[in-house]
Amino acid sequence: MSSQSKPRILLIEDEAPIRRFLTIVAASAGFETEEAERGRAGVELAATTAPDVVILDLGLPDMDGKAVITAIREWSQVPILVLSVRDAENEKIAALDAGADDYVTKPFATGELMARLRALLRNRKSPDTEPSTIVAGDLQVDLARHEVTLAGEEIKLTRKEFEVLALLAKFAGRLVTHRQLLSMVWGPAHLEDAHYLRIAVAHIRDKLGDDAAEPRFIVTEPGVGYRLIAGE
Amino acid sequence: MALAEPSRPTPEALLGEISKEGRGKLKVFLGAAPGVGKTFAMLEEADNRKRAGIDVVVGLVETHGRAETAKLLKPLEQIARRKVEYRGQMLEELDIDAVLTRKPQLAIIDELAHTNVPGSRHLKRWQDVVEILDAGIDVTTTLNVQHIESLNDVVARITGVRVQETVPDEILRRADDIEIIDLPPEELITRLKAGKVYVPGNIGRALENFFTKGNLTALRELALRTAASRVDAEMLAYMQANAVRGPWPTQERLLVCINEAGIAKTLVRAGKRMAERANIPWLVATVVTPRHEAMGDAAQRGIAEAMQLAESLGAETVTLHAESNAAEEILDLARHRNVSRIVIGRPRPRRPWHFLREPVADKLLDAATDFELTVVAGTGNREEPHPGLHVDLSINWWGVLVGAVGAAVATFVAWAALEIYPVPLASLAVIYLVGVLFVGARYGLRPALATSLVSFLSYNFFFSEPLYSFTIRQVEDVVAIFLFLIGALFTGTLAGRLRAQVQFMRASQRRTETLYDFARRIAEKTEPDDVLYAGAYHIAATLDCRSLILMPDDAGQLEQVQGYPSIEENLDARALGAARWAFERNEPAGAGTQTLPTSDWLFVPLATGKPLGVIGVQFRDPRKSLDPETKRLLLAVEDQVAVAVERTRMAGDLENLRVQAEGEKLRSALLNSLSHDLRTPLVSVIGAISSLGEPGLQSEDRRALLETALDEARRLDRYVQNLLNMTRLEYGALTPRTAAIELREVVGAARHDLERVLVRHRVRIDLDRALPRVEADPVLLTQAIANVLENAAKYSPAGSEIVISGQATAQGVALSIADEGPGIAQAEREKVFELFYRVTEGDRRPSGTGLGLAIVRGFVEAMRGTVGVKDNPAGHGAMIVITLPLANPRALPQETE
Repeated sequence: MSSQSKPRILLIEDEAPIRRFLTIVAASAGFETEEAERGRAGVELAATTAPDVVILDLGLPDMDGKAVITAIREWSQVPILVLSVRDAENEKIAALDAGADDYVTKPFATGELMARLRALLRNRKSPDTEPSTIVAGDLQVDLARHEVTLAGEEIKLTRKEFEVLALLAKFAGRLVTHRQLLSMVWGPAHLEDAHYLRIAVAHIRDKLGDDAAEPRFIVTEPGVGYRLIAGE
Repeated sequence: MALAEPSRPTPEALLGEISKEGRGKLKVFLGAAPGVGKTFAMLEEADNRKRAGIDVVVGLVETHGRAETAKLLKPLEQIARRKVEYRGQMLEELDIDAVLTRKPQLAIIDELAHTNVPGSRHLKRWQDVVEILDAGIDVTTTLNVQHIESLNDVVARITGVRVQETVPDEILRRADDIEIIDLPPEELITRLKAGKVYVPGNIGRALENFFTKGNLTALRELALRTAASRVDAEMLAYMQANAVRGPWPTQERLLVCINEAGIAKTLVRAGKRMAERANIPWLVATVVTPRHEAMGDAAQRGIAEAMQLAESLGAETVTLHAESNAAEEILDLARHRNVSRIVIGRPRPRRPWHFLREPVADKLLDAATDFELTVVAGTGNREEPHPGLHVDLSINWWGVLVGAVGAAVATFVAWAALEIYPVPLASLAVIYLVGVLFVGARYGLRPALATSLVSFLSYNFFFSEPLYSFTIRQVEDVVAIFLFLIGALFTGTLAGRLRAQVQFMRASQRRTETLYDFARRIAEKTEPDDVLYAGAYHIAATLDCRSLILMPDDAGQLEQVQGYPSIEENLDARALGAARWAFERNEPAGAGTQTLPTSDWLFVPLATGKPLGVIGVQFRDPRKSLDPETKRLLLAVEDQVAVAVERTRMAGDLENLRVQAEGEKLRSALLNSLSHDLRTPLVSVIGAISSLGEPGLQSEDRRALLETALDEARRLDRYVQNLLNMTRLEYGALTPRTAAIELREVVGAARHDLERVLVRHRVRIDLDRALPRVEADPVLLTQAIANVLENAAKYSPAGSEIVISGQATAQGVALSIADEGPGIAQAEREKVFELFYRVTEGDRRPSGTGLGLAIVRGFVEAMRGTVGVKDNPAGHGAMIVITLPLANPRALPQETE
């Protein structure tokens, strides 16, 4: 947990070639890697080595990846990034709802994976002292004062719109599912009212001058959720 | 007298002589009609024989002035003809003595059927021939088929011309060789018109009467059959001698007609004996007339049993329907089925009240002049008392009651009439007759007769002097009152029978209608199950019974597949046995048959050839299963069901075959695609990566190689994605989860996915923000758009523009993706959406194609959208247009700004 040492990844993946190249890539990006071939071993390692982030393959020989997420989530809030060939959106949603923090579909570009890992770790770095202002490009979201500015100009958002944007900003760079957004902004009674969210996002985009076709801020993950592009 | 007659040998005896050792051989040239070329053929053969060194003479050949014949005749030695004077005419005849004296090896004698001039040694030429044969001389002769004695009648019937000159069948049977001289009728008529055929008398009339195409065709067939039957007879003898199993072909048939229960079985047995003796197939027919319907149960059963007996004795049974003229129906059947002998029961002695009705047997005797008719007497005491209408008046309380009421009403009307006006007594009689007529028409024969009798008594009692007494004082009253009785009985009988006839016709019409209706209905069914259900229902409804249809399951066990009103839960062992029997032997079994008759179910095979299953019926009234009419109906329905089942199965098989073939095609296309489209990207990936280790590689080249490998690997990934999508589409595992979608969002996502594919193209997104939302599954739509974009990039040159635009239409929103490639020809526009349409191009096509657009269509249609191809309106190139329905209106959250 020390911020001086290299961040450690626990890689739970049964395919040896993938483990091998990920280890190499992670090392060159400044990570240390622990490897687990099976789900059970992975859960044990997560408990004993306390990694900074977990990369988890859903298709494991001994247990399903979602069960691994549930097991880890029983005692740990360590960020979990799911890595899977399962590309159906309901699979993604299920994993995210089980407690995973992000989802990357195989095959993937390593650059993309590393960016996601960094986004996850950024949130981890100061878990107790959440920054009150989140910056993404020229967008600033001030969580404490409920203020949004774009290139210094204040953007007027409704309460719900602000809450959506604030949530995306809090998890900047990470995929936030429709359910998570709906439940946290509108309450658990509105889990099925995805169109509330869609309309709110459309309004936010309009106000930010963002284009769904060529997004600068909010990216749509079709059928799954949204992601705020994390600014460096 | 008999002694005075010199014992002329019978033909049989004479012919018996021929067959003795050392007798000459007989060859007959048989033709269908004059003019077919028998004489010509005979002379040609004679010439050949002569050349072969045989001593041939011509006994007698008529040239009829034909040059060809005369020319053939010329080189042959001819015996001088005997000249005979007859009634002042010089006639020429065969000189039999000259032939015998000359004693050639072979004598040629034309026209075997010729009748000699009176005063010759033999009456007929065939007798001369027999004598010559007898002398050890071979004879070749000619004969037309109509002269064969046994066929004489048939020919007369066919042509309407009776030939006087006949030859006994024996001579043909004993001929060593028969050669058919065949000529098609048209040709013969042509020859005749050309004057090449000698026909005595007026040729026009002859043509008209005899040489019609119909006649000639029939005669030709007869000739061929005659020759064939001779061959048959030989073969038959051989087969019988060598115990070869039948069927042995024969042409004649025997018909047994049964119309009275009393001697029905006797007739059947007699018919069986006769048929067996003659070794010919036999039919047993009964005619159902309105009277038959009116017969008592016992009589109907008697006939039904006789029909069954006939069936079990190997006869073909036929139930005919006639309104009144049963004899005509029987003769019709006989003519159609080539029946030569008809067996009937001896007509019963006429009863006095039958003077208006001629029994069928009598009518047959009168009308069946062209058949051999055998009348079989009953066994003396008939097996059962005849249960006809006129005897069985015993107890019918219903009739008596209706009669009494009818007469009472008539009496009242008559009394009322008298009260109003003093009508003459004769008019009162008419009132009674009207009553009888009404009862007869309404309630049938017996009530009518009862009414007649009661009317007679009432009339006597109430209206004839002295009133209110049955005594009659005056003689003319006696006469009048008995005349009235006769009139009443007559009227009653007629009215009753009329009613029976009407009922019968109605029933028969109903049956025809239901059968027709059924045929029509069943023709519409395309599923075997529907056909079976319709069949089960129809049988149950028409025959007033329960019905079952059993078919073999995969293990060959009969299983109930349909039943009306329901499947039978406890089908007993007997019924099952009967069902199995019917199925395995392809013949009816169970109730009313010879096999397992104690079962209360009757099973008939459901078969067009090999049984497909069985139909079972169970009647409330077990006697009904014996009824031939019922059986006939059952078989008629069964036939239709069987044909329909066969038809639907065949249709199913065809469909399966088609699907299979289609599957086969797809499978091979898929394999082709896999090898081509999976490998092509891998070639670049492996090639590029393996080169990376090469020393001396510039870092720029290294980067280029890496990019190639990466791009190709991504292409491979998209291809695999499409394969998966296709699989999902193919297995119907696609359930779109639609939502209100903003097109810009999905277009953006798709474009993002294809970032690297689209680097060489300019992509212009021209989507109005005000475009209404569409109802679509975001994931499927993104994939579909990505596929279209990828295709556009693949087929249009680098640097060209791809324009994505949207437009609200009546159907929803049309999303158009236009490229500047070569475009898609009009004829191809529908086909490009077919799976592996481009498969025929094999390896020449760009890899990864053949799936993309098919998936686009699959996805879009799953979302209730449409997709089509147009020309790029901006110039050349193609434009794919995806139209999606507008988003359903959804409740929006209440929110204040």
